[in-house]
Amino acid sequence: MAMTNEQMERYSRHILLKQIGVKGQKKISNGSVLIIGAGGLGAPAALYLAAAGVGRIGIADADTVDLSNLQRQVIHTTVDIGKPKVESAAETMRAINSDVEVVPIHDFVNSSNVMDLIADYDFIIDGTDNFPAKFLVNDACVLGGKPFSHAGILRFDGQLMTYVPGEGPCYRCLFKEPPPANAVPTCSQAGVIGAMGGVIGSLQAMEAIKYLTGVGDLLTGRLLTYNALSMKFHEIKVKHDPDCAVDGDHPTIDHPIDYEQAVCDLASHKG
Amino acid sequence: MKLNIAGEEKTFDDGLTVDKLIEVEQVENPEYVTVSVNDEFVRTPLYGETVLHDGDQVEFLYFMGGGAR
Repeated sequence: MAMTNEQMERYSRHILLKQIGVKGQKKISNGSVLIIGAGGLGAPAALYLAAAGVGRIGIADADTVDLSNLQRQVIHTTVDIGKPKVESAAETMRAINSDVEVVPIHDFVNSSNVMDLIADYDFIIDGTDNFPAKFLVNDACVLGGKPFSHAGILRFDGQLMTYVPGEGPCYRCLFKEPPPANAVPTCSQAGVIGAMGGVIGSLQAMEAIKYLTGVGDLLTGRLLTYNALSMKFHEIKVKHDPDCAVDGDHPTIDHPIDYEQAVCDLASHKG
Repeated sequence: MKLNIAGEEKTFDDGLTVDKLIEVEQVENPEYVTVSVNDEFVRTPLYGETVLHDGDQVEFLYFMGGGAR
């Protein structure tokens, strides 16, 4: 479909880039991204992907907006407190760009719905906050043959890696299984600097745009870490693990798994 | 000997094993950290027998949640 004059103007700064151009912008407009988690990572990712004009953006989260979210989850505002995060996020995204079809999914992503959810999208962004969810998203993407961006943030640190089927390792190649509940500190226990979500979530959006347009080198086979205190990015080369339980030569996982949630996370969950 | 740890060069005694390095470097929650030496993962049962050599590049991969809540 041809772009309207308004679209040519809206996306003019993309179109000016020789690697993107009208052709690349059309790929973005025909693309679809599912963002799992409308929080610290999902919020900036959703803002940039909506602004970029990604054709269809699904955003999944069962949570409601809490006052303590607003320090970093910049897609929500003070009047949104108590509203489902996906509704609040969808309103902001539609206000930025009505070209985008926003699909709010007000539900927990679990083993029974994850395969169907990811099937409808070209690229998945893992913006979840807990390890059971991260392994669920990873395994589903490996089993479903979907590319996705992993990311995590804690205190003054962030990390991300991109998985593309057949290229480099998956999250489980790096980390065998979720740590026991409460063994590793979470943001709600240890804190996180708000702008960290902006840095890492924006990088996830960047990977989605690069995947959709086919421009540049994706973060496959590389775990990128960022420390805000030393202001250093560091890249760790990571290889596919032939012994990986989901992505290895003899996989033992053939369906997504619901690992037990940390008890304190469930108790503190605001519905 | 010199080791490159997360991009930084540091000096250690010869014959250092991965489990000793974890101790010396005071790695947080070591049982949940993935170690890589020269771009190859070293799994937990092998920490004690994996001797590090001059010039080895060691990385600690940490679990990092965060995001939605």
